Amino acid sequence: MSKSMVRLEPIKYHVPLARPKQGVAGKTGFWRTEKPIVDNEKCIRCYLCEIYCPVNVIRVEPETGVTIDYDYCKGCGVCSDVCPVNAIRMVPEE
Amino acid sequence: MTAILEESRGGRILPLTGNYAVAMAAKMARVQVVAAYPITPQTSVIEKLSEYIEAGELEATMIRVESEHSALAATFGAAIAGARAFTATSSHGLLYMHEWVHWTGRARVPIVMAIVTRAIAPPWNIWPDHSDFYDQRDAGWVMGFAMDNQEAFDLTLQAFRISEDPRVYLPVMIGLEGFILGHTTMPVHIPDQEAVDEWLGPRRQGFVIDGSEPLAHGNLAWPEDTEEMFMDIHRAMMEAKSVIREVDEEYYRITGRRYGGLTQCIRCSDAKYVVSSMGAWSGDIMEAVEKLRGEGYPVGVLRFRFIRPFPEEDVAEHLAGKKLVVVFDRAISFGSMGQLFMETVAHLAKHTGKLPVLRNIVAGVGGVNVEWREFYELIKDSIDRFEEGGELEYFTWYHKARR
Amino acid sequence: MGESKPRPRPPLPYNMRDVVLPGDAACPGCPIPMGWKVLSAVFGEKMILVIPASCSSVVVGAYPGNSLKASVVHVAFASAGAVASGITEALRRRGINDVQVIAWAGDGGTADIGMASLSGAAERNHDFIYIMYDNEAYMNTGIQRSSSTPYGAWTTTTPIIGKTEHKKDVAKIMIAHGVPYVATASVAYPHDFYAKLQRAKRIHGFKFIHLHAPCPVGWRFDPKYTARIARLAVETGLWVLYEYYDGKLRLSGPSRPYLDPSKRKPVEEYLKLQGRFKRLTPEKIEEIKKYVEWNWEWVKRHM
Repeated sequence: MSKSMVRLEPIKYHVPLARPKQGVAGKTGFWRTEKPIVDNEKCIRCYLCEIYCPVNVIRVEPETGVTIDYDYCKGCGVCSDVCPVNAIRMVPEE
Repeated sequence: MTAILEESRGGRILPLTGNYAVAMAAKMARVQVVAAYPITPQTSVIEKLSEYIEAGELEATMIRVESEHSALAATFGAAIAGARAFTATSSHGLLYMHEWVHWTGRARVPIVMAIVTRAIAPPWNIWPDHSDFYDQRDAGWVMGFAMDNQEAFDLTLQAFRISEDPRVYLPVMIGLEGFILGHTTMPVHIPDQEAVDEWLGPRRQGFVIDGSEPLAHGNLAWPEDTEEMFMDIHRAMMEAKSVIREVDEEYYRITGRRYGGLTQCIRCSDAKYVVSSMGAWSGDIMEAVEKLRGEGYPVGVLRFRFIRPFPEEDVAEHLAGKKLVVVFDRAISFGSMGQLFMETVAHLAKHTGKLPVLRNIVAGVGGVNVEWREFYELIKDSIDRFEEGGELEYFTWYHKARR
Repeated sequence: MGESKPRPRPPLPYNMRDVVLPGDAACPGCPIPMGWKVLSAVFGEKMILVIPASCSSVVVGAYPGNSLKASVVHVAFASAGAVASGITEALRRRGINDVQVIAWAGDGGTADIGMASLSGAAERNHDFIYIMYDNEAYMNTGIQRSSSTPYGAWTTTTPIIGKTEHKKDVAKIMIAHGVPYVATASVAYPHDFYAKLQRAKRIHGFKFIHLHAPCPVGWRFDPKYTARIARLAVETGLWVLYEYYDGKLRLSGPSRPYLDPSKRKPVEEYLKLQGRFKRLTPEKIEEIKKYVEWNWEWVKRHM
């Protein structure tokens, strides 16, 4: 018998198991009161906004600069605060 | 029990204490992780397992945790990650881990735990009763209780099979009284390892969290989803009844021993009166009943081997239509009655419109020793007074002062 | 991405993008998923997080969904160390060695109710990483004082006077356990945290990382300042980043300048951004400054 052997026999019951899902709390973009707007001309591709973004909605690419998934961005503003060149500003949501 | 032993086949007979019998069963189930914390009277279970592991007789990891709360938590961790895991405790240790008894009951992860029962303090007391065991009734564990060392061994081994059955996937706890069984040596029939391996097979579980896929266990759930999970625990409990009976039969094929499923009823078929009990003193009660039979009393014994799931069908079969039922409880729900009695009556009422005359006798609490002759007197007195048409107390706490 | 052109490497590996899924239940500006992104940069999906009752229990979202593309085992409050011990030993028994077990617990689940479980796991030297993400109070139940709440801070159970005791220093307690690796980290310094996780990954035995994690809701600051406040804690010398292994304390890069007290920013700069310190008297600020000095003396003695 192999050491790692576990015979998995699927359970027919409701069990407290959960699987990866985007948007477990819904479209969290609706929470936003302020929206980050990026000036990709100013962006120096330092990646800091992407690294710090708590919602993981920012992508920095060398060619295109910063993109933000506004469906889920909660508008916390951490990206604008960590940006070393003030390329992200927060504007009130309408 | 002698008859059961005589029918045993294969293997060998060893003189073992109840605690060593439990340790031996866990070893023969090839547990991979044991996490435990010492408490009297459970200690020799984990001492023996430590010895097996350090001597290389058992390929397992012993996690010598810093508390019982952590003992069951670590056992759960090992079990959910795919190891056959075991722990044992008693009394205050069991109460200290009570949060985890509930957590594991609701987690749907197979685990086996032995409870070497002991009274609850204050005052400090290490003698056995059933208070600690009954305190776990509502947590979602399958709960069995042994009468002697042979059964402590057999039940512990069977517990792994029951717990890992896909129809069940619930943790199982096995009770045995401290000292009376735990530290008393009796001959125990041990089957061959090969037979056990073939019968038990490798570890089975419904899901495993070992990093092979991203899976989360225990996330917040809405009330309706939560209730569905809990309803399924109840369904699994109900299914566990047939699993327990099946396992008892399969076990008979490898050992020649079977007990009759969730209960054992002795001298019941022609009985007009039935005495009901759980645990080691059932042996004394059986002795008293044999003497009463010799004197012409048509009396039998319904012994509970499992209280979760509650053997409702057995209760109906053996108690409905009887004239008198006396239930002995070795614990009390203060302000109410004995737990075994309450449950027996509640389930019996479902199956018969005409209840027998009922009597609950609470005794042996705090470890007070009750001898077979006292059972004889109590049962005889109940029957005699019943037949004379006298009033029988519905509830009695049988007590004798220390001499 | 075209096949022909190699993708330029960001300062943290792309793993970081894959595990923390957008749309979790964290408050805006929450430091918890910031920390998880750094974990994922190191371990990707191959980690099992053991999470006792805490904000993190909520952040990952409700059944049947989970905001992390990694494994999570939620556990009763006082149990992170014990459950992680069990999982670690089961994986070892089963010959699985490419999965990192991580106990991820808050300050309440670590410094208070989880202390015995943590101490036991550390003493037994199980091979996993314990991360205490320290938001310095019971945030999930509504900002009650923990033993890790700093001196003077307002909480809902220290509502008028503020906390009258200093913070319990769990990293020091772990050093006293003699475990192979202890480090402090901060969500403001993800690269430093990343390097520490990389080192922890290579060390066998029990690893403890104390992660400073400012909470906008509980500390009463604008959520955009989470990183800024965490950085100010380091720049004022209040929070010292170090690693402790092989019997020696090694000051981490970001904290090195502040060995020299004249390089440190005044603690007031850190305190004034947070509503929880609004009612500090000058005497209490002096007491906090004394504490900073005392802590640096301890650091110097162990270097």
